[in-house]
Amino acid sequence: MDNFQQLIQYVLSGLSNGAIYALIGFGFAIIYNATGIINFAQGEFVMLGGMLTIFFLTVFHLPLVPAVLLAVMISTIVGVVFERLAIRPLRNAKPLRLIIITIGASILIRGIAMLVWGKDTHALPAFSSNEPILIAGATMLPQHLWIFGVTVLIIIISRIFFNYTMMGKAMRACAYNAQAAGLVGISVKSMTLISFVISAAIGSMAGIIIAPLTMTSYDVGIMLGLKGFCAVIIGGMSTGFGTVLGGLVLGLLEALGAGFISASYKDAIAFIILLLILFFRPEGLFSKKETERF
Amino acid sequence: MSRNVFRMILVLCFSFLMAGAVFAAPPVKIGALFSVSGPASFLGEPERNTAVMMVDEINKAGGIKGRKLELVVYDTQGDATKAVQAANKLIKDDKVVAIIGPSTTGDSMAVIPVVERAGIPMISCAAGIKITEPVNKWVFKTAQNDVLAVMKIYRHLQQQKIDKVAILTVSDGFGSSGREQLRLQAKEFDIKIISDETYGPKDTDMTVQLTKIRGNEAQAIICWGTNPGPAIVARNARQLGIKTPIYMSHGVSSKKFIELAGDGAEGIILPSGKVIVADQLPDSDPQKKNLMNYVRKYQERYKVEGDHFGGHAWDAIMLLKNAMEKGGFSPAAIRDQLEKTKKFSGIGGTFSFSPDDHAGLTSDAFVLVQVVNGDWKLIK
Repeated sequence: MDNFQQLIQYVLSGLSNGAIYALIGFGFAIIYNATGIINFAQGEFVMLGGMLTIFFLTVFHLPLVPAVLLAVMISTIVGVVFERLAIRPLRNAKPLRLIIITIGASILIRGIAMLVWGKDTHALPAFSSNEPILIAGATMLPQHLWIFGVTVLIIIISRIFFNYTMMGKAMRACAYNAQAAGLVGISVKSMTLISFVISAAIGSMAGIIIAPLTMTSYDVGIMLGLKGFCAVIIGGMSTGFGTVLGGLVLGLLEALGAGFISASYKDAIAFIILLLILFFRPEGLFSKKETERF
Repeated sequence: MSRNVFRMILVLCFSFLMAGAVFAAPPVKIGALFSVSGPASFLGEPERNTAVMMVDEINKAGGIKGRKLELVVYDTQGDATKAVQAANKLIKDDKVVAIIGPSTTGDSMAVIPVVERAGIPMISCAAGIKITEPVNKWVFKTAQNDVLAVMKIYRHLQQQKIDKVAILTVSDGFGSSGREQLRLQAKEFDIKIISDETYGPKDTDMTVQLTKIRGNEAQAIICWGTNPGPAIVARNARQLGIKTPIYMSHGVSSKKFIELAGDGAEGIILPSGKVIVADQLPDSDPQKKNLMNYVRKYQERYKVEGDHFGGHAWDAIMLLKNAMEKGGFSPAAIRDQLEKTKKFSGIGGTFSFSPDDHAGLTSDAFVLVQVVNGDWKLIK
């Protein structure tokens, strides 16, 4: 096997992992932009998506599509309940306090999932065939195409939502200045709620489409959540292409680092990047100096 | 007046209670330390289940020499500090005569000084060779050493005339201990490790490491880890179209692995305790009867298949039972009898302890199995 083919495989592996990170990072960005909170329970939505789908598939023997829809719905409800019970009552608290609450919530959700579903790892069957696709000597699975497809779709939809719908524009207004948005008649409370709805839905969707590849268990949300967080930090907390690029860059660097240096440093690479960016470019790699988030 | 009556009744009650206690001998307390939750719960949970099942069974059959057993289980959560606290509690508060567990090598190593000081026999259910080498007076173990597993794989490779291998190990205690043994024994078997890769316990994609291995001339890949990592390796290897034979460790010898790895599991070879191929063993195998019994009873009670991790606890309880039957119930008597155990056919293998061997197993404790059509097949 020549080096070129190896390189292509690294790039392909990196990009497909990167797309996953981007999708998870997206959920972080949406809540951050509407509320100023970094929701560390985002990884748990990812876990819930995958675990609920498996639950509906194996316990109720539902076909894939209804199982997926139900899983997204229930994860979204969890997001709503979370916002109602833990975030809204403390609306006037400082963001730091709310962030700590999200960490608490993530531990709670993980604990409940462990009690309900046990500690085993589960695999979701692939959506379409399981036969590898050959691209210039490198391979990928049809499931990777699903991941790319869903990521692109979600980005397009959110682009349209934030730029061309009234609700999306209202959410952006809240992010710029919540008080001013309230003065012109935007309900900041419901925008916060909606941001949780959207990011829970996206998070669980991400959890579902990656479950056939990475498998899922009650604690899968921790690492994936952190990687998503890295992606969104690299992307400067943007709800647009910044986060996508952030995820892809992270995935690529991980794969190339693991391939050419050592796989032992794979996670270290991600977190070193995170620290470097927080130190030197807290506004993200791709945004201008101004802290414009959209 | 009424106060005196009350006192008398109280005294009477107490004397009755005490009398009752004298008539029925108190149960013999056995302590158990298992990582029922936490990262090593795949070990601790079946071990706890098995121990509870076996103690119930022994009690139902009338106990040992007329005395019932009482099992006191504490969860170490795979945390050495908690294991030590729990061990102290077992010895000081619960006054147990023996301890089974802990489940992991780390926990066991931490608990050893405690039991050595207190003089309480302990039968660890962990695999690390350090637990019984050098021999500690009060410490035994039932899980097979990594050494034996590696030996089994290398011997098979030698037979296949394979001398260049790539190893891919997980970066936790289990993986690094396996990696150490793989590197150590390679020389003895004239095997060259030409690629030495690792992955993190929570990694979800190993295509990069496998691509690197695919690029060199390894004739076999040995992956050392516990679920779900190796299942992902198996799937990734299939995705990359890797045709080199893949060997795995005894860490994945449960049905769960085949279920997770799907088609990727086909053809993978691994050393395992005999429990997963109990029905394929020849009838002459001394372990067969106990194995079949264990598998059936576990299935009946817990509705899942028993694996060889639970078997470690089965062995520990039955070794204790034997020792108590032959000797007495004091910690020292139990220890002395344990050390004299010879040719005890358990789940993990046939145990023969001696003053300088507290692990008691030989490499025939392992068999090689291959995944064929989604099930285990014994390689003869």
